[in-house]
Amino acid sequence: MRRVVVTGTGVVSALGIGYDAHVAELRAGRSGIGPIELIDTDGLTIPIAAEARGYVGTDHFTRNELSLRDRVTQMALTATREAVQRSGIDFTDALGMRTATIIGTSMGGQHTQDDNYRLIYRDNKPRVHPFTVPKLMANAPASWISMEHGLKGPAWSVSTACASSNHAIGQAYHLIRGGMADAAVTGGAEAGLTYGVLKAWEGLRVMSKDTCRPFSKTRTGMVQGEGAAILVLEEMEAALARGADIMGEVVGFGMTADANDIVQPSLDGAARAMRAALDDAGMTGGEVAYINAHGTATAANDKTECAAIREVFGAHADRLLVSSTKSMHGHCIGAAGALEMAATLSALKSGIVPPTANFEEADPDCDLDVVPNTAREADIPVALSNSFAFGGLNAVLVVRRVDA
Amino acid sequence: MSDDIRQQVRVIVAEQAMIDAEQVSPDSTMEDLGLDSLGLVEIVFAIEEQFGVSVPYNANEPNSEAFDISTVKAVEDGVIKLVAEKV
Repeated sequence: MRRVVVTGTGVVSALGIGYDAHVAELRAGRSGIGPIELIDTDGLTIPIAAEARGYVGTDHFTRNELSLRDRVTQMALTATREAVQRSGIDFTDALGMRTATIIGTSMGGQHTQDDNYRLIYRDNKPRVHPFTVPKLMANAPASWISMEHGLKGPAWSVSTACASSNHAIGQAYHLIRGGMADAAVTGGAEAGLTYGVLKAWEGLRVMSKDTCRPFSKTRTGMVQGEGAAILVLEEMEAALARGADIMGEVVGFGMTADANDIVQPSLDGAARAMRAALDDAGMTGGEVAYINAHGTATAANDKTECAAIREVFGAHADRLLVSSTKSMHGHCIGAAGALEMAATLSALKSGIVPPTANFEEADPDCDLDVVPNTAREADIPVALSNSFAFGGLNAVLVVRRVDA
Repeated sequence: MSDDIRQQVRVIVAEQAMIDAEQVSPDSTMEDLGLDSLGLVEIVFAIEEQFGVSVPYNANEPNSEAFDISTVKAVEDGVIKLVAEKV
C-alpha cells in the first residue's frame, strides 16, 4: 500500500499568520481569544472570539481579486501559498493532473452572505452584489486553490461542521494511498465571525463569555474562532525522491456517525471513530503518545471525550498526553481539524506538546493528563487528532513521526 | 401579576414538554417533564421573547446560581424577578 506524508503546512489563525507563528504561540500557551474587532459587536451578548486579528485581505490580494474572494477564501489561499512554498513541491502540468484539492468548511462565505442579506432585508436595497453566489458558495476555497495552483485532479469541499477538515484530510490521505491521486492540497478554512453566525451560536447557549477552558472544572463553554490551515500531502516515495522535508506520515483515518442526537455527543460514536482510525493504521493504541483532543470546553464534549479515550486506550490512557489547542486558537469549526493537525505535526516533529491553556482546576470527569497551561517535552512517535461534529459525525486522524 | 407570569411560564414549559399546562406542577424538574438541554434552550428563548427579558442561562453551567432551573417553580421565580428588574 502506498504511504502518504505531509510535506508542507500553512496557517492563518488568531495566533498569527504562518505556521511558525501559530506553533510558537501554541508552545508559549498563549491564547488568541479576545474582544471581536472585525465587525460591529453592538447587540452581541458574547463579543469575544479567537479572531485572526493580523489578517487583512488587502495585504494579500488586489482590490479586483477581493471582489471575488470572501474572507474564508482569502485565508484558505494565504495558507495554501505558505504550505506549497514550505513543501517545495513543484506543481508541473503532469503533477497538477494527479493532485487533489479537498477543503473543509462548515459555512463557506459567511461575510458575503451577511453583508448582502443585510442590504436586502434591513436596508431595503433591491439587489445584492453580482458576485454574491460565487463568493458565498462553500466550494469557493477549493475552487480558488485549484485555479491558483493549477490542480486539475479530484476536487471538492467537505462540510461536516466541526469535523469538516478532518474529513477532508482523511479523504485526501485515502485518495493518495489508494492511487487515485499522487498529491493533495487539503485542510480547512472558516470565517464565520459575522453578526448572523455569532447570534446563531449565542442562541444555543453553549458559548463562554470569558474564555475557553477545556477540561477545566471551571469551564464555561466554547469560543468561536476563524482561520485556515492547509497541508500538502504526497505519496512518500515521490516526496523522498525529491528530498522533501517530511513533517509526518498520515497512517490512519477513521470516521463514524453517532446516529443519536443533533447536538449531544456520544461516547460510543467517538470511541468507534478512534478505534477505526487505529485499525486503519494497523495499530492497537499503545503506540500513541499524544492526542490533540476535540476539547471544545463544553460540559457535554469534554467529559464524553475523556470517557471515550479511557474506553479505547484502557490503562494506556494514563500515559497519554491529551491537550485541546482550541483554548488558544478558538473553535474554528470547519478549519478546526486542520489547525489542530498543524499543532499535532509540530508536536511530532519537535517533541514539544502544546498545552491546554486557560486551565484552572482539575475536573474528576476529565481525569487525564491534559497538559495544563505549560507545553511539555515528550517523545511523540504517534499522535491522534480528534474531531467530533454537531450532528454526530466523527473523524479521527493518526499521524506518525518519520525519522530523518 | 406574578400569578399571570407563573401561568405563562407553565404554558411555555408545557408546550416544550408536549403536555397540558395543568399537568405541569411547580415541583416538576425539567427531567421529570422529559426535557433535555435543547428543550431548555427553547424554553429560555420563548421566555425571552414573551417577557422581553434576557435570561442568564448557559447550557454548560446548568447548576449556575445565575438562573435556577432546578424546578418549574424556580424558573417561574426567576422570570418574575427578571420582569420586576426590567421595570
